[in-house]
Amino acid sequence: MKEHVVPEPARDPEDRTPHAVPARVLVGTAATLLALTATTVASSRMDLGAFNVVLVLAIAGLKASIVALFFMHLRYESRFQTMVLVCAVFFAVVFAGLVVFDTTQYQSGIAAQSARTRAGAR
Amino acid sequence: MTSPSTGGEASPAADLAGRPPFAAGHFPTMGLQLDASKLGLWLFLASEVLFFGGLLTAYAVYRANHPDLFRYGHYFLDWRLGALNTTVLIGSSLSAAWSVRCAQLGRRRGLVVTLLVTLALASVFMAVKYGEYSHKLHHGVGWGLAYRPSREILAALPAALRAAPAPEHAGTFFSLYFLLTGLHGIHVLVGMGLYAWLLRRAGRGDFGPGYYVPVDVVALYWHLVDIIWIFLFPLLYLV
Repeated sequence: MKEHVVPEPARDPEDRTPHAVPARVLVGTAATLLALTATTVASSRMDLGAFNVVLVLAIAGLKASIVALFFMHLRYESRFQTMVLVCAVFFAVVFAGLVVFDTTQYQSGIAAQSARTRAGAR
Repeated sequence: MTSPSTGGEASPAADLAGRPPFAAGHFPTMGLQLDASKLGLWLFLASEVLFFGGLLTAYAVYRANHPDLFRYGHYFLDWRLGALNTTVLIGSSLSAAWSVRCAQLGRRRGLVVTLLVTLALASVFMAVKYGEYSHKLHHGVGWGLAYRPSREILAALPAALRAAPAPEHAGTFFSLYFLLTGLHGIHVLVGMGLYAWLLRRAGRGDFGPGYYVPVDVVALYWHLVDIIWIFLFPLLYLV
């Protein structure tokens, strides 16, 4: 699919013929997404413990990338738009990651305190 | 953005004569106008990613601390309806992407058809969502303290789950469920409004290879709504 990449500076700014994504790429993208949905559902039928969440998140990330690359044309656009998306995702992940690391730090203290409260109530 | 601008002090009409319809006065070329609109929309999508990123962080915090609630709660959701809605949204994303292709190639009939299909599939999504919500609320499966499940819905749980005592504060899971799917649903409703607007303009013949900005940017928004559901479906219904 390399031939669809149109380098940005090569285009004449006055006469830009729109780049239409080929029909077979669109249909192929949708078919891949449906197949990955089936994979997600199948993976959740197996009991993999905590790894289930990791697996469905990985598949969801792959599906999201496919949507962004082909349906949202990032594959064919200037890098700048990809950078905007990647930055947003990066900071969302940093935020979520730090918050989760932080909250798990206090759980032993919270559990001990609730046990004390329960004992006191009795 | 869509109507010829009235900018410029000296006889704007003369300045704008001969320019393409829907050309905004402050852009020298239609190409720049398209690029600027797209970049603006991508910045909006970045803010949407951070918005749902915050909500998913709330999910992650509760899940990290109370994994049992999530394992318990997801048995109340019908994964078949979730999978159906995932399929419906992927189909609508395909027709949305196809509508951009039709506009770029100047296929007016194809454009109207693909816009209609997108709108119809979005309505199917909301109809399924309505069915799910009303079933839950009818059986007392509400958010937070409004979680008072009926006997019928508890009897429908798997036997192993019924044998063990129900976890405390199961309503927390449904607070997150209604918050995440509700805000996503509002996005779908907004998208439906935008597609109805595009349909009206496409019927009027506004769009073609020279001007397809609205079709393009609304489709970008719609794909993001699809991506959000791609994450919500497994996180709420499956694991």
